Amino acid sequence: MRPRASIRSHLQDALPKIVLAPSFAITIVFVYGFILWTIYLSFTNSKTFPSYAITGARAYQRLWGWTFDTDPPSSWYTSITNMGIFGFLYILICLALGLFLAILLDQKIRGEGMLRPIYLYPMALSFIVTGVAWKWFLDPGLGLEQTLHQWGWSSFHFDWIKNKDFVIYTVVIAGVWQASGFIMAMFLAGLRGIDGEIMKAAQIDGATTFQLYRRIVIPLLRPIFLSAFIVLAHLAIKSYDLVVALTSGGPGGSAWLPSNFMYEYTFKRNEMAVGSASAVIMLMTIVAIIVPYLYSELREKPR
Amino acid sequence: MLRKLLIGTALATSFAFSAHAADVKEVQMLHWWTSGGEAAALNVLKQDLAKEGYAWKDVPVAGGGGDAAMTALKAMVAAGNYPTASQMLGYTVLDYAQAGVMGDLTETAKKEGWDKSVPAALQKFSVYDGKWVAAPVNVHSVNWLWINKAVMDKIGGTEPKTFDEFVALLDKAKAAGVIPLALGGQNWQEATMFDSVVLSTGGPEFYKKAMNDLDDASLKSDTMKKSFDNLAKLVTYVDPNFSGRDWNLATAMVIKGDALVQVMGDWAKGEFHAANKTPGTDFLCYRFPGTDGSVIYNSDMFGMFNVPEDRKAAQIALATATLSKSFQSAFNVVKGSVPARTDVPDTDFDACGKKGIADLKKANEGGTLFGSLAQGYGAPPAVANAYKDVVSKFVHGQIKTSDEAVTELVKAIDDAK
Repeated sequence: MRPRASIRSHLQDALPKIVLAPSFAITIVFVYGFILWTIYLSFTNSKTFPSYAITGARAYQRLWGWTFDTDPPSSWYTSITNMGIFGFLYILICLALGLFLAILLDQKIRGEGMLRPIYLYPMALSFIVTGVAWKWFLDPGLGLEQTLHQWGWSSFHFDWIKNKDFVIYTVVIAGVWQASGFIMAMFLAGLRGIDGEIMKAAQIDGATTFQLYRRIVIPLLRPIFLSAFIVLAHLAIKSYDLVVALTSGGPGGSAWLPSNFMYEYTFKRNEMAVGSASAVIMLMTIVAIIVPYLYSELREKPR
Repeated sequence: MLRKLLIGTALATSFAFSAHAADVKEVQMLHWWTSGGEAAALNVLKQDLAKEGYAWKDVPVAGGGGDAAMTALKAMVAAGNYPTASQMLGYTVLDYAQAGVMGDLTETAKKEGWDKSVPAALQKFSVYDGKWVAAPVNVHSVNWLWINKAVMDKIGGTEPKTFDEFVALLDKAKAAGVIPLALGGQNWQEATMFDSVVLSTGGPEFYKKAMNDLDDASLKSDTMKKSFDNLAKLVTYVDPNFSGRDWNLATAMVIKGDALVQVMGDWAKGEFHAANKTPGTDFLCYRFPGTDGSVIYNSDMFGMFNVPEDRKAAQIALATATLSKSFQSAFNVVKGSVPARTDVPDTDFDACGKKGIADLKKANEGGTLFGSLAQGYGAPPAVANAYKDVVSKFVHGQIKTSDEAVTELVKAIDDAK
């Protein structure tokens, strides 16, 4: 019986590793392997198919040139400025709105159990569904504008989705609608985790509600801000389907994000090298934002 | 244990062999013709092949649409797992031929006389390095006007023969309170319309030089500027809500009588048919004013891959059936396009189809059959998409003047070459 028990305990020890091994291997190959592969391709002159001879950084030179083509805006310039506008507003509004809703819901109100899923539900939809629904809602000939005209408010005018200068803000609206409920749930969980004793102590010390939130609650929610930021940042950077479903690229390609640029160039225009180069730049941008943030957060932990 | 393993291996091998045997009598086809009319049209081909004892197997493509299919094809070819044939467009065929993965149908082509019956302009894409690598299925042409007859009668319009007459007609519609021009503001639709505008403004010679040969001087010329000005003129006749609209919704506006005319390829006819409209009584098809006698085409092709020897018989059967006169007629009647060979009788076609066939023949003989740049038959995809960008940015106001448009066009095309 003894050797059997030892095999068993060996197995038990090894089990987590065995179970994790496939996903680990898959991640290594399909995430990190292909990141390297993409970087490699960006230095070739790959067109329709990958070509393996390194030919230099021409793809990056072209992207660099396009970065300064502002009038008329090149597709790359449009993509990166849109990324800035969309990323900034999307993350900021989601965080602010999520926190605000969470604080309101945390006031021990009746029917919270019903309200919470209502706010959370949009997150269960795919970006495609969100995009199509908002496309109809914002379409001046079908949705909001048309309805208000029928109700008699004929001077109402809202055509952002058809306007090259404002179309990116409609992407922000749809994105915020989808994600802010989820961010609210994250903050709500954080608020529930705060020790009631601290709050009571502060109140006894005579802190106003505003001071209470400003000085105590929000600083305590710092880890939630980090998680929410990371969730939102990666959603923002990989937003592709939302743009396609909502605007099909916008008038004259004015709603493109870098992910749209990457897909267009790699798969539709057969400029795989340029597509890869743009993907590498996207990755570098994410790394530049996330790594210092993670580093500072993780370093402080042992304190 | 060992015995079990052996049995397992034997079983697996026999499965592999039987699967292989089925392959030989099977046509594996990658395509994105899944909508009602197109699927019905393709059924004709399936039945033709079934008569000869070949089974049809669709290669599934998730997501529909040509882009998804092309991505799937790329993956299959990269893995060495060639389909018998794939639906392909223009330069894609040549790209794959250049990569050396296409089959060779030259013998069949000789036997069937494709060299003589298929228009020379099409052979530019179906023949690579002297070898037939693809079987063209149809010829679409894009320089058409689709007009609602009831609206036309109401405003008392007649067929416009020149661009100025066209503008006058649009003015009449505007005065009558109808949306004059139904356009979907997506870049390919705008560029497709611009193809016709360039041909109309500059004539056949100019179109060929600018849009197929990509001649710098022509692209920069005043004629090109004039073309952009004409496009800007047309865009003033669309409704304010046009941006982002799908082409079939624009067609629906004409069908319902909300709009007078759409400039679109002959696939729009399929929408009219689906709504039970007849040419001549419900709708009218005219050539884009000033382009009569020329045809701007695009074409669907079945690219034939270099499959192993034992699967070649099925491939040849597919290619032969595809270019047979009976299939060409039956398929194109449903699809709205015209046959890819000029010797197919036009008896089964409607009035627009008959005109299309006659026009194609004339254009082929007169050397005025040109590839559509917007549809990827004028230049490789990188250039075609750069062109679509510029046209779309001009339509939507990122590019403000025709001078700027011409400069940008030359720059974008040079960059993409």
